[in-house]
Amino acid sequence: MKTTQLISIKQFCSHYDVSTTFISALQELDLIEIVITEEDEYLHARQLHEVEKMMRLHYDLHINLEGIDAISNLLKQVQDLKKENQILKNKLKTYDGL
Amino acid sequence: MAYIDYYKILGLSKNATENEIKKAYRKLARKYHPDLNPNDKTAEQKFKEINEANEVLSHPENRKKYDTYGEHWEHGEDYEKAKHQQSHQQASGSPFENYSGEDFSDFFNDMFGGRTSGRSGNQVKFRGQDFNAQLQLDLKEVYTTHKRTLTVNNKKIRITIPAGVQNGQVIKIKGHGGKGVNGGPNGDLHIEFLITNSTFFKRDGSNLYLTKDLDLYKALLGGEIVIDTMDGKVKFKVKPETQNGSKIKLKGKGFPKYKKQGEFGNLFIIFNIIMPTTLSAKEKELFTELSKLR
Repeated sequence: MKTTQLISIKQFCSHYDVSTTFISALQELDLIEIVITEEDEYLHARQLHEVEKMMRLHYDLHINLEGIDAISNLLKQVQDLKKENQILKNKLKTYDGL
Repeated sequence: MAYIDYYKILGLSKNATENEIKKAYRKLARKYHPDLNPNDKTAEQKFKEINEANEVLSHPENRKKYDTYGEHWEHGEDYEKAKHQQSHQQASGSPFENYSGEDFSDFFNDMFGGRTSGRSGNQVKFRGQDFNAQLQLDLKEVYTTHKRTLTVNNKKIRITIPAGVQNGQVIKIKGHGGKGVNGGPNGDLHIEFLITNSTFFKRDGSNLYLTKDLDLYKALLGGEIVIDTMDGKVKFKVKPETQNGSKIKLKGKGFPKYKKQGEFGNLFIIFNIIMPTTLSAKEKELFTELSKLR
């Protein structure tokens, strides 16, 4: 069974000293998913790594939200291409010398 | 210990203004930041260098000291004095503390006594850095699921390597990366598998390929042969008139499918027909006779 761990957005924001509007803006851009239960808002624990990364891009590198959106899409594409490249390399090795 | 030209690292001249330093640093940080260059060790190293350069050049006291003693840091009492004074100084620092903290060069540590700044007072918690490791295994080893103990940063970790793992595949071990900053969570450990192949099989996903030599007579007349598979030998009947390069499929005799227990790919046998050499007079005579029948 898969356990869903939820983290309160209020708690998250106070912990990292970031504004809740930043998290809402990420949701508006479909970059993260927010779970609403009993009038409180939560983040999935599995999203933590990504949200922290977006925080660094925004607060450390001064990249605006549209930029984060573009970067996220491009990084995903890079990741997919890397995977595809690895599969093709493995295939090439298979047929090399057959 | 080599002298490091921090101006060169940021692509600046020695009379660069504070604004120019800031601009150059921001530009390079955006180019080499580890979040934008995942698993790129060259970018990571470059990022550390520009971070260190910024740490020195963006603080007037550090810059002055570097400009005065930097190139000749090995000589002179003044340098030593300055080094002592520096250890009591505080300044505002680079925002990338979670990436840069302990990774300054020996040159920097010797001259400035380690990191001079940081977001002091601001107890921001950061997740630790992700570690990347490579594990080399042979194809035979990944045919079955097995456990292995690894030593990462002097810590022993026992991991399960599922059968069928692919070359270049990365698995994530949660919480075994760098320590979190200010009580933040630990990073993850990413293990990339490098699969070498000491077998006669070629692998494509879960399918295996094997080239099998077949003598002319068996290819023409058919017969029984023994084929090596990953889990033992298999007897197989070759059809008469088997052609060179033809392929047969042994269902379920390939490689295990990753995380699909009990499921296997196929084994493809490609026949390589070996022509007889050094024919005797009698053999030549018989082949001539055969050729006349066609």
